Amino acid sequence: MGSVTATVAPPTDPNVTRWFRTFGAIAASGFRRHATYGQAAVAGVVTNTVFGFLRCYIFLAVAGAAGTVAGYDRAQLGTFVWAGQGLLAVIAIWGWTELADRIRTGEIAADLLRPVHPVTSYLATDLGRAGFASLARLLPPVVIGPFFFEVYLPRHWATLPLFGLSVLLAVVVCFGCRYLVNASAYWLQDVRGPMILWTLGSGVLAGLYFPLGFLPGWLEATLRYATPFPSLLQVPLDVLVEREPMPTELGLVGLQVGWAVLLLALCRLVQRRAEHRLVVQGG
Amino acid sequence: MSVIEMDGLRKEFTVRVRAGRLRREKRTVTAVDGVDLRVERGEMLGYIGPNGAGKSTTLKMLTGVLMPSAGRARVCGLRPVADRTRLALRIGVVFGQRSQLWWDLPLRDSFALLRHVYRVPPGEHAARLARCRSLLDLDEFLDTPVRQLSLGQRMRGELTAALLHGPEVLFLDEPTIGLDVVSKQAVRGFLAELGRAGDTTLVLTTHDLADIERLCRRLVVIDHGRVVHDGSIAALHSRYGSRRMVVAELDAALPAPPELPGAPVQRVEADGRRLVFALESASVAEVVAGLAGLATLRDISIVEPDIEEVVARLYRAPAEVG
Repeated sequence: MGSVTATVAPPTDPNVTRWFRTFGAIAASGFRRHATYGQAAVAGVVTNTVFGFLRCYIFLAVAGAAGTVAGYDRAQLGTFVWAGQGLLAVIAIWGWTELADRIRTGEIAADLLRPVHPVTSYLATDLGRAGFASLARLLPPVVIGPFFFEVYLPRHWATLPLFGLSVLLAVVVCFGCRYLVNASAYWLQDVRGPMILWTLGSGVLAGLYFPLGFLPGWLEATLRYATPFPSLLQVPLDVLVEREPMPTELGLVGLQVGWAVLLLALCRLVQRRAEHRLVVQGG
Repeated sequence: MSVIEMDGLRKEFTVRVRAGRLRREKRTVTAVDGVDLRVERGEMLGYIGPNGAGKSTTLKMLTGVLMPSAGRARVCGLRPVADRTRLALRIGVVFGQRSQLWWDLPLRDSFALLRHVYRVPPGEHAARLARCRSLLDLDEFLDTPVRQLSLGQRMRGELTAALLHGPEVLFLDEPTIGLDVVSKQAVRGFLAELGRAGDTTLVLTTHDLADIERLCRRLVVIDHGRVVHDGSIAALHSRYGSRRMVVAELDAALPAPPELPGAPVQRVEADGRRLVFALESASVAEVVAGLAGLATLRDISIVEPDIEEVVARLYRAPAEVG
């Protein structure tokens, strides 16, 4: 058994390259894990597309004959809806209860036994999942929408890279929010209550059900600057439809960076507090 | 320095119990109650106890998953909770009732991912994986997603996953639970070979005492969170008075169980035609001679001390036998 047992001291020195390699490998596994569920992806695309038609007709009706509402013209509303339908699966605003389930069943013990911090490990997996969703769930609605509705194409060369960055940050911010909601299982065991609040709150406040521009100015500003929710969906979509001047868009993406850093730090703090009072369910 | 050190290790949980229609009271439950233990490098330690005795809790404290309420623990010289990430690189853990593999991925992909997670050089990883593939017959299901594996296959995968980074200490929490005879033999054979090499320390908790008899020279029995035995299996038998049994098959039942000095009757079976005597001070020859004068003997057999029996007695009344 010589080759199976411990013969070489494992590396313990911090090494940025090694860290990124580990992070990349976990992210790649997240991509592969979700790529195994092809039929679920197809079902999701069909659902998103059907709801895309409904939302688009409703928003265009709100715009009415004037053709504009809250600073969006008809083409911008088209892009807002169809890109939003695709982004919904990329940021995975709903339905992620893996961490809460693992806490409830005690499987979380296996996560804690790995030499990677749980927040890092789950984040890497989530970015891999988002990568798969970008191909399988974002592209189809974005391609289908323009066949039936007028859409807005970005005019500034920097918009698309900024949109990509904004989506990446939206995934991280959404991950942070979902991680915190799931982590409430350390205290509550059953997370159905926080999950219902999150589902309702995030849908309304992230700009999914309607662009936040539909709200009174003071309320929109409060939500935009004082809560992370607009960073999930509203900000990337506003960047894509170039609703604001470029400096303002850069500021909004900067705000996303702030929320991402703050939420990840909060996740680590909550995780540390939880580990000190952890009870592994099921012996 | 011992590879595992525990000094007064203690874990308490607070549970809320109903104390009225609306009122709930907090109650403290002590799962591990001041365990002192040293385990040396290369030892194979059996850590057993009845359900709820504190075995798994001890293992979780030693692996850094649970924070001890009091006491001190060191594994490979590290503090399990404070140094958990560093410790994870030096230990392997198999939970029989939980999986450390990725449910959606084929076993091969899980192993490849573990190489990155544990930052194992490719050559070492390949050598260890090749060895495990050959010893645990992994090849036939290496490309099967973990969710589709049988329990026996998954457990072989779990063992491999726990060893690919070359741990110095391997913690096994009921690794043979639910396995069929063939899978149990495969797992035991693998662990026995691992133990023979002598450079991996094994801590094994199990309810299957055959695992312990086959693998461990040292046995620690824990009950109500306290160590009630620490020594060899032979020492357990001798300390708690395990006795050999003489089973006598008679032609016809006797009117009453015979009273033989130094060999009380333990059981009467088969309508009185089978008597089981426990050898205390009498020899087998004395029992046979004593019976020959009372009845016609058809057969005699001798049953060696049974570890399950003595452990069962220990579980039922540790204070009494201890």
